[in-house]
Formats: sequence, C-alpha cells, structure tokens
Amino acid sequence: MGDSQYSFSLTTFSPSGKLVQIEHALTAVGSGQTSLGIKAANGVVIATEKKLPSILVDETSVQKIQTLTPNIGVVYSGMGPDFRVLVRKSRKQAQQYYRLYKETIPVTQLVRETAAVMQEFTQSGGVRPFGVSLLIAGYDDNGPQLYQVDPSGSYFSWKASAMGKNVSNAKTFLEKRYTEDMELDDAIHTAILTLKEGYEGQISANNIEIGIIRSDREFKVLSPSEIKDFLEEVE
Amino acid sequence: MSIFEYNGSAVVAMVGKNCFAIASDRRLGVQLQTVATDFQRAFKIHDKLYIGLSGLATDAQTLYQRLVFRHKLYQLREERDMKPQTFASLVSALLYEKRFGPYFCQPVIAGLGDNDEPFICTMDCLGAKELAKDFVVSGTASESLYGACESMYKPGMEPEELFETISQALLASVDRDCLSGWGGYVLLVTPTEVQERVLKGRMD
Repeated sequence: MGDSQYSFSLTTFSPSGKLVQIEHALTAVGSGQTSLGIKAANGVVIATEKKLPSILVDETSVQKIQTLTPNIGVVYSGMGPDFRVLVRKSRKQAQQYYRLYKETIPVTQLVRETAAVMQEFTQSGGVRPFGVSLLIAGYDDNGPQLYQVDPSGSYFSWKASAMGKNVSNAKTFLEKRYTEDMELDDAIHTAILTLKEGYEGQISANNIEIGIIRSDREFKVLSPSEIKDFLEEVE
Repeated sequence: MSIFEYNGSAVVAMVGKNCFAIASDRRLGVQLQTVATDFQRAFKIHDKLYIGLSGLATDAQTLYQRLVFRHKLYQLREERDMKPQTFASLVSALLYEKRFGPYFCQPVIAGLGDNDEPFICTMDCLGAKELAKDFVVSGTASESLYGACESMYKPGMEPEELFETISQALLASVDRDCLSGWGGYVLLVTPTEVQERVLKGRMD
C-alpha cells in the first residue's frame, strides 16, 4: 500500500490520514489470544484464553487478569510485557488519586488516565505504541462498568465486547446472547460459551481465566476449582 | 509579631441539625492599622461546601483561588461536586506540598456530605487535619473562640438557634482580640437554602 513509505515513524501521518504504527499495533492485538467482557445488571465478568506454549509451563505462575484497585480489574489481548507496564502505571495512578483525595478512584477516571498514557506513546519520539487492548471492569458509585482501551488511546464503554483472534465470531455470539437485565451468573455462563466457540481444543479450568466483580465491589480472579464449577453448569 | 498576626482574623464553623454555619470577622489590618472593614474570609466552593481561611490575607486569597481552580477541573472531569471529606484531603495535600515554605493560613472547611450530613474540619498551615463533631475555630481570636464556643454550643441546634449561637460566640470572642472584629459575616447552610448575614458588633 502507498502508506508503507510512512510506516516507519510513528509520529508521521500517512497521506490517507492514518498513523500506520497504530494500525500495526491493532494487528498485534488482533493476533493475540481472545479475551472478552460482559456487563451484567449486578456486576461485570471478564475472561480470557490462557493457552500456554507448552505443557511444561507452570500455569499457576501465569496470571493474565490483574487487579488495578480492589474494585477494578483488567484483562488484555496482545503483548503480555506491554500489559504489565500498563498495569504498573495504572496502579500507580490509582494510588496517587487516593493519596490526593483519600477517595478510591472512579472507574471512568482510571480508564481516562490509562488511555492518556497509551496516547502519549503515540505522540512521543523514540517510542512505539503499546501492543495491547485492555478490557477494564469495575464497580463504583455509578454501578458496574466495562471499558475497552485501544493502543491509540481511544476508549469505549461496552455492554459486552471481545478482542483478539476470534473477535468477529465472538462479538456476533455476544450480540445474540446479550440481554440488558442479565444477572452476573448468566453472564459468566455466556462468557464461557463465547470462549468455547472459538477455542481450538478442549476448554478446561486450567486454560481459561475468569475475573468477576459483584455489587460487593471486590474484584476477584476465579480459582480453577471455581471455574470448574461454572464449566460443569454450562455443559 | 508573628506572621499569622499580621492581618488579624477570626473564623469559626459549627454543626447543627442537618445544617452548618460558618462565620468570620470582617477586619483587614496591617498590624495595628485597620485598612478594610469588609474583608471576606469565608468563601464558597460549591453550593454545599464552604471554606474559611484565617491568617495572612494574601495567602488566604491565593489559596482560595488555587482551590477553586482545582475544584472546577474536578467538576469538569468527574461531572460531580467534591465531597467535603475529599476536599479536605485535597486542601491538606496542597498545604503539605509547601512544607518548607508554607501558606500562612489555617483553613476551616464546612460542608454537607452524603445524605446532607454536616462535616466540619480545620487544619494547621501544614495540612494536619482535625475533624470535629461540634465546632472548629481558627485565627488570632482562636483562644477566645474556643472558650465561647465551648460554653455556648449544644448539639442538634436548629438553623435559627445555630445562627444565634455562632453569631454571639464570634462577636464575644473578637471583642477580646484587638486584631479581629469590625463586625461579622455568617453563612448558614441547610440542604435547601443558604442564608448570608452581616453582623454589626463593636466597630473597633
């Protein structure tokens, strides 16, 4: 494409008005493992595949879903190391907010600040954009919320969304299955079914990760035995 | 003479039943000379949050401007007003930033929080917060104010009675302090309305 002459420098627009590096970052995200999130009436669930490169990898050491604050969790599709950097920065921003206001950061504010960090890396010299899209799930005074943040720094609030390899099938599946007044447990079942749709191989409690937050505002990552219970209910 | 006594000031806030009152004196002096008799020391941050700043007048004005600036940005970003407790934490943080070259002010913060619960607190010039359930005082007349409030205050006063009490406490205390006085300015805030009144006391 004619854009290729402009794809070397992030901070240069191509003639078609795109920043080609961001497009490439989105491609990196699109080839990452599928992750999804569903906002229910009384909570939010986020989930991801956890396909490890070999059976020799200790799966308990890998945690793709992370807590940003006690009431906000995050999952990603794309490059793991970039994700870890963003988690670190977001956690620090949440704590800085608390230090200033002695109040826990609202979900929208944390999303906004994380998105601002990602945008900085699309407009500075000598850096590249983050190769991850994030799904941030939280519960605060405005109820349950689910946000997606892209490498460009744009963010969207979703009722249900998916990212990564199987995104179009997963989104179609979610569109059919999503209802406004879904309860959290239904949402977890739907999330598992959606992951199952695009999963190559046999889904089990050890190769997916699920994080939930209910109205008690405590984000938790489900243990393999808890996932197993939900899997059994779905079968 | 201490820098806190350069301009002279008296600020007091009291909690009543589902309401609060914040009052200040009106004198602005340059040491012994009175320069203004209508100086404002109690300011509005939003409809249910007020701050009184005693101490050096220039710092009181600048600090107030900085706080309004921060609050306006907060309102735009978060699409809501700041809660009094949050605001108090912000003031404390701002004051401590200047730990080794402080603002010579002692703020008194009063507001209605969640469910219109009255909230008052004061802090020293470095941001050490002091919460209270009944009343808080600051300024050159603070010792007299402590005495007057302690004897006149009772919990659960209705707005009218609270107004009387805080006015009497303020006027009695500033009479014992040569650097504050020249009348008083009282704000009485309930969940539905705000009453502002100017008091006439001993004009000296």
